[in-house]
Amino acid sequence: MQTIKQALLGATSALVLFMAPSLAKADELTLCWAAWDPANALVELSKDFTAKSGTQMKFEFVPWPNFADRILNELNSGGKLCDLLIGDSQWIGGSAENGYYVKLNDFFDKEGIKMSDFADAAVNAYSTWPKGTPNYWALPAMGDANAWFYRKDWFAKPEIQAEFKQKHGRDLAPPKTWDELKEVAEFFNGREIDGKKVYGAAIFTERASEGITMGASSALYSYGFKYENTPGKYDMEGAVNSPDAVAGLEAYKELYKCCTPPGYTDAYMSESLDAFKSGQVAMAMNWFAFFPGLYKDEKVGGDKIGFFVNPKEKVAASTLGGQGISVVSNTDNMKGALAYIKWFAQPDVQKKWWSLGGYSVHKAVLTDPSFPESQPFAADFLVAMNQVQDFWQEPSYAILLQAMQKRLHDYVVADKGTAKEALDGLVKDWTEVFKDDGKLN
Amino acid sequence: MPKFRKETQVTSVTDTSSSILGKAAQATPAPLASRIRGISDRTMAWLFITPAIVLLLAINIFPLIWAVYLSFTNYRANRPNAPLENVGLSNYSRVLSDPNIWQAMQTTAHFVFWTIFLQTLIGFSLAYLIDRKFRGHAFWTTVILVPMMLSPAVVGNFWRFLYQPQIGLFNYIVSFLTGIPPSSFEMLGSVQLSPWAIIIVDTWMWTPYVMLICLAGLRSIPDYIYEAAEVDRASLWRQFWSITLPMALPFIMLAVLFRGIENFKMFDMVTLLTGGGPGSTTEVASITLKREAFESWRTGRASAFAIILFVAVFGLANIYVKALNKVKQR
Repeated sequence: MQTIKQALLGATSALVLFMAPSLAKADELTLCWAAWDPANALVELSKDFTAKSGTQMKFEFVPWPNFADRILNELNSGGKLCDLLIGDSQWIGGSAENGYYVKLNDFFDKEGIKMSDFADAAVNAYSTWPKGTPNYWALPAMGDANAWFYRKDWFAKPEIQAEFKQKHGRDLAPPKTWDELKEVAEFFNGREIDGKKVYGAAIFTERASEGITMGASSALYSYGFKYENTPGKYDMEGAVNSPDAVAGLEAYKELYKCCTPPGYTDAYMSESLDAFKSGQVAMAMNWFAFFPGLYKDEKVGGDKIGFFVNPKEKVAASTLGGQGISVVSNTDNMKGALAYIKWFAQPDVQKKWWSLGGYSVHKAVLTDPSFPESQPFAADFLVAMNQVQDFWQEPSYAILLQAMQKRLHDYVVADKGTAKEALDGLVKDWTEVFKDDGKLN
Repeated sequence: MPKFRKETQVTSVTDTSSSILGKAAQATPAPLASRIRGISDRTMAWLFITPAIVLLLAINIFPLIWAVYLSFTNYRANRPNAPLENVGLSNYSRVLSDPNIWQAMQTTAHFVFWTIFLQTLIGFSLAYLIDRKFRGHAFWTTVILVPMMLSPAVVGNFWRFLYQPQIGLFNYIVSFLTGIPPSSFEMLGSVQLSPWAIIIVDTWMWTPYVMLICLAGLRSIPDYIYEAAEVDRASLWRQFWSITLPMALPFIMLAVLFRGIENFKMFDMVTLLTGGGPGSTTEVASITLKREAFESWRTGRASAFAIILFVAVFGLANIYVKALNKVKQR
């Protein structure tokens, strides 16, 4: 009898141990995102979800340079790492068409989640595919755009102010146009401030992932670059390589050549932050997502830092960043993942998300009268989100992006050819991709 | 010695494998012994090599065949649901007519040629010096071998800092020697200098490897040949050209073969140092292949490119090995 009891006990223990992972999985969700400041805010915010639902949250944060590679490999291989994914806006076309994301329309209808509660530009960019249709594959999670920050304390120095006014006949202030931006960058470049040589601006020049495309787009969009002459027709000749686009690309190269710190040939988010935090540059571009951290920085934050939206040249435009949160089709915990989306969509949660450093695009947050004053960059964020333009969101976005990375880096950093040749080449590359996709004859 | 070991000890080199098996079987517990006794030598041999063959098939041969198959299709790994179509030789013709790929092949050839040339020259010179057996030569041999023992990831990051134009030691040394301001040139950001920056790092890291192989070659030359040459009053110069170099040549050629194959597929160092940039200046074939396969996700085309690279390396290596064998037979 004793032996039988022992055997039963052993068998039960073995069964419990065997089942343990799957039991734990039922009350556990893994959320995948990039490793950056807002991700820490999300960890903090998600504690409320755990407290309310009892579901443990696990996080898989991948550094930006490897984010697309790592996560797209995961999706393509049918992996089960992520239950929830805050994926880049450009991934939505491919992820929707390949069935990697769960379509959320029925769920939204059932739970009373309205997309009209979120900023229109964000819904279009982060949630829909095909574009312009009410097919939702994500809930807008993190609004973002490329913008600028500058050394307010340097700009305010009387001797610098006086010299700038004497030279340019106007007050030194955050630039409103790309011409002004270059003027200010040139003014600071090579100047000695507080006993240290400084440079004009830190911009994006990274080659491997998306850096130079995101940076140069800020100039291209402002000068009037368009992807197509007629939206949805893929007629790129005369739009991608228009005289305005050529002028925009030339302006970006001039800014790179004149005013970036030495060795700035492969720089993206972290290099821009490093250059600014180490007191090397007067101005820098980066995503709004980093602005809360920059403002809190002991050395260069607070009164020493100011922010401005991407300068206009012909068109008021900002490069779109940000992401929506999607449920991965392969999840073993669909119920839990949807519950997280439902929880995250609540206005109170969205308000807390903003207060912790996440960029909510819920109208309850954005239209709150106190919002523009809630952070020194909040008003600029509102402006930027109303003028955002995004890269292709096609299923072939990765090929399109790689072609642009190569063409731009060859021209801007490696001095190969002219801006016109670079953009003509880009039209050729993109035409080939759309022909392969059967979207062009 | 325990009884078991004593009983199974091989007593003579003339023992047949069957008698060894028999003794092994006697020493093992009864059920296992009876099973082993029923197995022929041939079966036993197959049992031993089967795991290796299975692994080889699974890890090398199957992916190779699969890649050949994919190279004739329009398959994209990021679109598993898209219909798979046979595109014939289209992927091959597009790869071979793509100027970017030819550019990458030229970059690779430049990199392979100069790294091998410098590594062979410096490696052989170092081996020749070390072979003199001066005082402390063992210590210096160890010092010279250190770079080779480091991980390429460490070396790449380490040199990235050394090449940094504002704080990098390399720029300061050049500045000290030439008087050029350290921030006035960028080893990794300049179109002219970046290929050489990579060649310098690879040479720094892998010259010791070439040196080791060359040293083995030099030490294999019998002393009596030099003694005979000295009796014939041959000068050191003559001894070097008539004895040392010809007899060490197979070893040098072997080092060139190993480094050639290795550098043809160079990926890690270039990725860490320049990522293929500026522009596409240092984009070697392996980086182009990786971008095609895992960033653009054109799996079919990437497979065609991989097969072309494989055939090129395999063919060149075979021609080279034949030349090496001829040199050895002389």
